[in-house]
This record gives sequence, structure tokens and C-alpha cells, in this order.
Amino acid sequence: MSVQTQAGPPVGGAQASRLMGLLRAREAGIALLIVLVVAITGLNNHAFLDAQSLQQLLTGAALIALLGVGETLVLVTRNVDLSVGSVVGLSAYVVGDLFKNEHIPVWSGFALGILLGAVVGALNGLIVTVLRVPSLVITLAMLYIIRGVDSMIVNGHTIDPSAIPSAFTAVGYRTILGVPWLAVIVAVVVAIAGYAMRSFRSSRELYAIGSNPDAAGLAGVPIGRRVFTAFVLSGALAGLAGTLFLALHAQVDNSGGSGYELTVISAVVVGGVAIFGGSGTVVGAALGALLLNTISQALVASRVSAFWNEAIAGALLLAAIGFDRWLSLRVTRSLTSARGAHRDV
Amino acid sequence: MPEIQTGAGGVPRLVIEGATKRFGAVRALEDGSVTLYPGEAHALLGENGAGKSTLVKILGGVYRPDGGSLLIDGNPVAFNGPAAAREAGISIIYQEPSLFPDLTVAENLFMGRQPLGRARRIDRAAMQQAAAEIFAQLGVELDPRRPARGLSVADQQLVEIAKALSLNAGVLVMDEPTAALTTVEADRLFEVIRTLRARDAAVLFISHRLEEVFANCQRVTVMRDGRFVTTAPIEEVTVDDVIRSMVGRELSALFPKTETAPGEVVLEVDGLGSEGEFEDVSFTVRAGEIVALAGLVGAGRSEVARAVFGVDRRSAGTVRLAGVELPNGDPLAAMAAGMALVPEDRRQQGLVMEMGVDQNTALASLARLRRRGLIRRADEAALAADWAGRLQVKYGRLRDPAATLSGGNQQKVVLGKWLARAPKLLIIDEPTRGIDVGTKAEVHRILDGLVAQGTAVLMISSELPEVLAMADRVIVLREGRVTAEFARAEADENSVMRAATGQLSGAAA
Repeated sequence: MSVQTQAGPPVGGAQASRLMGLLRAREAGIALLIVLVVAITGLNNHAFLDAQSLQQLLTGAALIALLGVGETLVLVTRNVDLSVGSVVGLSAYVVGDLFKNEHIPVWSGFALGILLGAVVGALNGLIVTVLRVPSLVITLAMLYIIRGVDSMIVNGHTIDPSAIPSAFTAVGYRTILGVPWLAVIVAVVVAIAGYAMRSFRSSRELYAIGSNPDAAGLAGVPIGRRVFTAFVLSGALAGLAGTLFLALHAQVDNSGGSGYELTVISAVVVGGVAIFGGSGTVVGAALGALLLNTISQALVASRVSAFWNEAIAGALLLAAIGFDRWLSLRVTRSLTSARGAHRDV
Repeated sequence: MPEIQTGAGGVPRLVIEGATKRFGAVRALEDGSVTLYPGEAHALLGENGAGKSTLVKILGGVYRPDGGSLLIDGNPVAFNGPAAAREAGISIIYQEPSLFPDLTVAENLFMGRQPLGRARRIDRAAMQQAAAEIFAQLGVELDPRRPARGLSVADQQLVEIAKALSLNAGVLVMDEPTAALTTVEADRLFEVIRTLRARDAAVLFISHRLEEVFANCQRVTVMRDGRFVTTAPIEEVTVDDVIRSMVGRELSALFPKTETAPGEVVLEVDGLGSEGEFEDVSFTVRAGEIVALAGLVGAGRSEVARAVFGVDRRSAGTVRLAGVELPNGDPLAAMAAGMALVPEDRRQQGLVMEMGVDQNTALASLARLRRRGLIRRADEAALAADWAGRLQVKYGRLRDPAATLSGGNQQKVVLGKWLARAPKLLIIDEPTRGIDVGTKAEVHRILDGLVAQGTAVLMISSELPEVLAMADRVIVLREGRVTAEFARAEADENSVMRAATGQLSGAAA
């Protein structure tokens, strides 16, 4: 959770702000780790530091980071959205199909992709909040349902590059001042979401819901509406990610985005979002995605086999969770011992 | 009803009349009635289970009443949720603090109504400033920017009080706000209550400390068994009157107690500690006596019980049962040595709610029932029928899921499960929480009978009357340490509460 820095804390504040520093350092720590991985790999393999290779680090992480933003919104409310990978595949194919057969304008491709994702998110959100089905179950079901619907629509066909307007695919490979467009788009989304998650009542209520649902109810937080909104936004971002997937790869079949959901959750957890809700930032989630992608590309550049790639991603996840547990025990202990100082009345 | 001398009189700020609330077959509230006038502090008294907390939750919009009427400033209202009650000017401090551990103290105070700056963004500086001002008003030094995680129960309660104050409500309801506070903190709270009354707010005050009530309230309403009993100006009643209307029956019937001569030591706990939970806890329980662990919520009573039984590991100390030291963190060994634990939350920890009465009763005796490695349901049923008969459990069929039983009968099933093992030591955590008065007396009779047969009982209870009436000795915990031990004759409400809140005369905490 991000907290403002302020000078001159009152009694007991020094300790609290040191803790805040530790928590905030989570993001700085990940950023540092990314730089380290890039530097060490670059020493052994200079090609890893080429502009093109560095751009590849950003583009490769962009979609997962974008999905990570939506997943963070859902996770902080103590829910989970497993349907995002399937939504990517569906929205990529449907938008591609509309380009191919209906020749829709480029901007409407984005709009329709986002809309499609939002509809799926709304469905998830309704079932979770109205029917009170655990989100793990319903979004898992949705993962398969959408993949099935996708396969029916695709029906063995593929969208190939010739069917897609070049102005659209340009989004996938163009750069601005050396930075890929894709990365710019995602960075803008992360910045907006990061700002909003800190600054608005409704977004603070998402954290409240995940931190203590009963207390949130007593505080008059409209839990159903907030959780619903989180799912809609997660869906919409997945729809946008699907559209960008199409722009990036310029082709798609019925397997687009398969398995993304687990990569996203790994990235988000590595980025410091608590799996049981209540804390975490979208910036951390995006950095987590960048770290995972950087490590996997560094392994490739160092000619480590793909097998190790996955094992290392798993080890990293374990390390992140272990670190979280250790941190929260430490924080609780020092906060508990810090109490009572003022109670010596 | 006598006329009001306090405040301006005239239109009551709040009237709740004949409110009822049922949960399934359980009638939590049958006639909830209170009238609050502007500028008065009004005490609501009654035993646990009298319906006070249910009434409070109706006022807070948490429960919707099944019947009755609610008027605010003379206008009928119905709340569709806590937010509606808050908007109507009712602010509530619940018995159990409900904070967001991940958020800062300031955010906890202002959740959903944070001060806004430009473009509807939260003005954190203003929020922290406002929080600091409220704490200053309360005379509490608490950093508004620290997370709520790790606050002591008393500090959490102070945050709740600050939250309620910040709402500037016309009606302030406090459900045992002083239970976890020191005298100094409680006195400050009463000062705040006086300030609020001067601003014409009405305060509904629930407390089990009658001296506080008599010192700070103008009128008192007593409830019993979910019903309104009486309302009277405080100077027209005595403490004895109030207690008589609260209890409404002879105490001896509710708490049967046979005097017994305790035998040899059964349980010997020495220097027991668990990091961050409790430390240096030592006591003994002898055959044929009930020892009560008393203390406030969060004092570490249940944690001690769990460590003694071995559900949680201890980090220091020894536990001996009948002279034999028990291994650390091994409940099976504790059971084999003759220990039994009836946990505090029977729904989550005591019973498998979906399983039948028979299977639940047999669960701790499966090793004995096993024949050639198999369990036969008929054997389980025979065992369950035996114990259901002895403990007078009311059930439909033995195969009915435990969830279909009333709270009191569920508790008897849990008891039967453990008594079937004929334990040397029974640890029972909150023996009568949330069960009706009639069954309560039966549970007490069962415990009394056990002790008469020479079983050692370690009881944990938040109900002081239960502790005082049933225990041969009382051990008081505060923030994880033993602060006092009283023999039956020395233990009274005053001495135990003082030890539990850390105000032992002479011994500085």
C-alpha cells in the first residue's frame, strides 16, 4: 500500500514511518531486482542490452502488466478473476474477425474489445455479488465457458495479418522515443489506476472490503457495488489486453491468451499484492510482471533451458510469498510492541 | 412512566417500541423498547443474552427487525443498512472492534467519508489532521498514520470511539465501550459523553459495571430474556433493584454449585509462554474443582487453553497431566493422557455441522469403536444415543445434521463427544455462549456433576456471574499475563474486573 511521506511525525510516528518505508520499498526492491537481472545478463551477453532487446522486455511484459492492474483491483477485495486469459483470447479473435469481415475502423476495434471484456466482467461481478458464488468458482467456470465459446466462433479459422489494418498492427510494433507504444499505453493505464487507487473514496473502499469485509459492511461501504465494479474493470482491461494482443501478434486462433491468468496472478503476487486482499498496489503488480518477463528472457539469453524458466518463475513466487509472510509477521510484531508506549498514563 | 427531568424534554430523539427479531427458531428479541431524550445518558442493562446487542444492531441498521416501530425525532424510519442508520444520525460503538488492519488509523476513522480536496480526491493531510484532533479531544496519543494492525484491544476500542465521535451524531450508542479501557481512559470517555449531552445528543450506554452506570447515566432501562422489563430515573432505583430485574430469578437455580473437596493435582501448567500471545502462565487444576480463566477479550485466555491442549505450540514452559509431561503441540497425546477441549466456537471448531448427531458424538471415540479397522454407524449411534440421553439432548433423529440443533443442544453434543472419553481434565471455553437460559442452567449442572465425580475442569468464560458462581478458583489474565488468582471466597465482580483491567490496588501493572 502506498503512503505519503510526511515530515515531522508525532509520537510513535518514527517507527510507523520506518515500516511504511519498508512496505514502499517493496516496489523499489522489485525495480532494483529488474535492473540487476538486466545488468548481470548484459555482462555475459551484450546483445541483451540492445535497444531492440530492451524494447522486447517491455512489450513482453505489457499485456501481463495490463491484466495485472485489473487483477489487483479484484484481489484487494479478497476475490480473484481467473477468466482474464480467456477474455484476452475472445476479444482478440472477435475484434480480428470484425476487422476482417466488417472492415470496422481502428478505434472501434479498441472500443469493442473493451466493451466485450466489460460485459464478461459484469457477468462475473453479478454472479459473485448477487448469487454469492465464490469468485474462484465462477471465474474458473467462466474461463472454460469463454474458451468454449471462443472455439465455436473461431471454428478452426485463424485471423492472419493480411486481414488486419496496418494502422492497427502499428500499435504493436511502433515506438515513440524508443519506447514501444504498447508499453506507453500500459504505463498510462498503470499511472491512472495507481493514482486512482490512492486518491478516491471508492477505491479505498476496495481495500477496506478486502481487509475486513464485516467491518466494511458496518462502515456502510456498498460492498456489492464496489466488488461488481472491480470485476467490470478487470474484464474491460482484459478486453483491452485482447485487442492489444491482436495488434502485437497480428494473428490469432482459438488459443490466444491461454494460461495468462496464472501468469498474471504470479506477477501480481510477486509485485506485493496480498492474495487474501486488503493490500497491494497496481504499480507493484506491473513491476512484478516486468520482473517475471525480464527473468524469463534473461534465462533465454543465457541459454538456460525453458524447463528452468518455469521452475524459476515458481521459485520466485514462493520467495515472494515467503517474503510477504515474513514481512507481515515483522510488521505485526513491531507494531504490537510499539503499542502501549502512550498508555503509560 | 415518570416524566423526564433531563434535557429539554419534549419530543424524544429516538423511540424504539416493541422491536422483535428472530433467527430461525431462536428468538433473540421479543420486545425491544427504549426511549431516548436529547441530552440524556441512558443505560441499557441486562444479562448476556438479554437482547441488548440485538437491539443495538437494529438501531445500527445491521439487522432488520421483524416487528416493532422506530421513530427518530418523531418520524418513523426503517433502515436498509448501516449507512442509512448513520445518515439518520445514529452512531454506534460495537462490542467487538471492527477495524481494517491493512489501512491506517485515520482511514479507519473516515472510511467512506474521507475529507475531499480538489477533483474529489482524498485530502490525506486534512484527514490526518482531523483524526489527530479527535484523538486530542479524547486525550489519546495515537499516530493516525500507523496501520490498525497490531493495535491492542483497548486501542482498537479507542479508535472505534474516535470514529463514533467524528460522526457528530444525534444518537450515540455504546455497547460495552469501557470493557477494555483503563479507569483513566474510561473517565475521559465519560467526560466526552457529558460534552455530547451538552450538545443535546442522546447517549445509549451499555455496561456491566453498575457503578459507572449510576455515576454517569440519568435513566436506566432493564431487559431480560429478550424483553423490556422497566425504565426508571437512576435516582429512583438501587443497584439491588437493577440486579433483581436483570436476573429475574434466583441465582442459585441458574448456577447450581455443590461444594466439593478438591483432590490431587491433575493439571500442572508451569511458565507457559507463546510468543506474542502470552508469557509465564503457571497454574494448577485439581481433581474435583473448577478453575476459571477470566479476563477481557484478547487477554489470551483461549490461546492458553489451546497451548495446554497442544493445538497451538508453546514456546516456553511445561504442561503436566497427572504428573506426566505432555509433548509440545500434540493434541493426540493430550487426548490420550486424558484431556478434552470443548472449544469456544462450536460451529467452526466444535462440530462438523453437516455430519449427524451420532457421528459428531462418536468423533473423539473412533479408536475405541473401531472393529477390524472399520467404524459401524450402529456403534456410533449407540454411543450417541447413550450420551444424548444422559445429557438430555433434544434432537429429531440421530442422523440429523448437527446444524439442525439449537445452540444449547449443539453444545451438549460437543460435551457428550468429549465426556464419552471419560477425561481426567475437561477444558471448556465459553461453556454457555449464545445458548438460552434454560439450557445454560443444564450445562452448569452437567459441569457441577462432573466435578462431583472427581473430574478436573478448566473453564474460560467472559460471563462474570458464571465465573463467580461456578469456579472454585479464578485466575485472571491481562494482556497475556496472570495478574491475579482468587479463591472462591475472595472473588467478586470488583476484584476480578480490577485484575482484568490492570488496576490491582498496590500492584502496579
